[in-house]
Amino acid sequence: MEYLSIVFEEVYKILFLLVPVLVSVAMIVWLDRRVWAFVQKRQGPNVVGPFGLLQSLADALKYIFKEMIIPSSSNKVIFILAPIVTMTLALIAWAVIPFSATQVLADINVGILYLFAVSSLGVYGIIMGGWASNSKYPFLGAIRSAAQMVSYEVSIGVIIINVLLCVGSLNLNDIVLAQQSMWFVIPLFPMFVIFFISALAETNRPPFDLPEAEAELVAGYQTEYSGMMYAMFWLGEYANILLMCAMGAILFLGGWLSPLAFYPFTLIPGAIWLIFKILLLFFLFALVKAIVPRYRYDQLMRLGWKVFLPFSLIWVVLTASYLFYFNLLPVN
Amino acid sequence: MNISRLFKTILMTDFIGGLYVALKEFFKPKKTINYPFEKGKISPRFRGEHALRRYPNGEERCIACKLCEAVCPAQAITIESAQRADGSRKTTRYDIDMMKCIYCGLCEESCPVDAIVQGPNFEFSTETREELYYTKDKLLDNGDRWENILDANIKADNIHR
Repeated sequence: MEYLSIVFEEVYKILFLLVPVLVSVAMIVWLDRRVWAFVQKRQGPNVVGPFGLLQSLADALKYIFKEMIIPSSSNKVIFILAPIVTMTLALIAWAVIPFSATQVLADINVGILYLFAVSSLGVYGIIMGGWASNSKYPFLGAIRSAAQMVSYEVSIGVIIINVLLCVGSLNLNDIVLAQQSMWFVIPLFPMFVIFFISALAETNRPPFDLPEAEAELVAGYQTEYSGMMYAMFWLGEYANILLMCAMGAILFLGGWLSPLAFYPFTLIPGAIWLIFKILLLFFLFALVKAIVPRYRYDQLMRLGWKVFLPFSLIWVVLTASYLFYFNLLPVN
Repeated sequence: MNISRLFKTILMTDFIGGLYVALKEFFKPKKTINYPFEKGKISPRFRGEHALRRYPNGEERCIACKLCEAVCPAQAITIESAQRADGSRKTTRYDIDMMKCIYCGLCEESCPVDAIVQGPNFEFSTETREELYYTKDKLLDNGDRWENILDANIKADNIHR
């Protein structure tokens, strides 16, 4: 009985995290479309529910009732597995995101490493989908996606090292608490900018949406997918975007800390502040989608390897030297 | 690469400018309308769904001269006529194949008695093909339904002819 109650408690906790995440993913798709439309002076989805808020639910309902077409030449097992992998990986990463000092599903001491590992695995869903489709456009899209995500992973890793140098811990709660006096966005502002751009590339958002460049590759790795499998890719993608926003908020914008650490602001719970920061970052994501044209493939690679990687490496050296010289290195 | 361009690249001035423009447009009034709930303005000359009109006393206008049938470039109109007991010539059949019709408005132009007109209605999509073979009854019914607007449109357009 003891064992069962522990299992139920954990399942309850997981559901308490997953359901809000899934609902907010649906809402964020609406927000994305709406912001995009507003910048282009359109109305955007505004019919289903108040302000069109339920548009994503209507879309999901439609996807559920659509036929799932599996190409006869595809590798069926991997074909079906790919969207499941994408969505699962996008969701399990949320386990370590701290919503306040105590509200975290798994307060592990290598939280940031776990987050980084899971988001690196995200490329597998795309590669599997592209390969298993056994069709040229998905395959090209998957190859591009793999190259792109691997390239930008490197610079994100180096940026994280910058933050870790200042914190001295891999625990996400420690990272947040280390920003009590000053958010890392101020001393590490160039790193924040590079992190933001790399996050765009990592989640295949415009201007780096080459894997699904509709003008060249139909829909990239999603071309052969339909019905609920497509919807799962789509959910996973947006869950990943939200995750990247959460990562940016935790690493640079002080996570669940309130921006001003005195009375009326500290009254608002940390989760609200974190959500607010995630939304702010996502709003920037959506604005960027509306204003920038798509990068060419060689430009994308040049930016990743020749600009971001050397720059962030130099910044690591600078940060480390600064901390060492002024004897500010965190010691545990 | 010259210095000013290097600074522009590093400070991402173009990108920031773009974001500023996007935010500015974000709060401007929208150019699109909520279509099914509000509709755009339509000119009196708008060439929408066809209608056969009647005189105010209820007598149908069409005199079966078949000018519209002759002028129709898509040959969408089929007319058959007969003499009525009072000696007047009237149509016994007036069909328009709405799928052949190209909405050029020549039938309306050619009509000497303003009987066949194209009204302001553009929302007459159907679920089957058969429903788009319009018969005389359907066209007269359209005429009765839209008469007020059709009359006003003809009057509004008359000053330009």
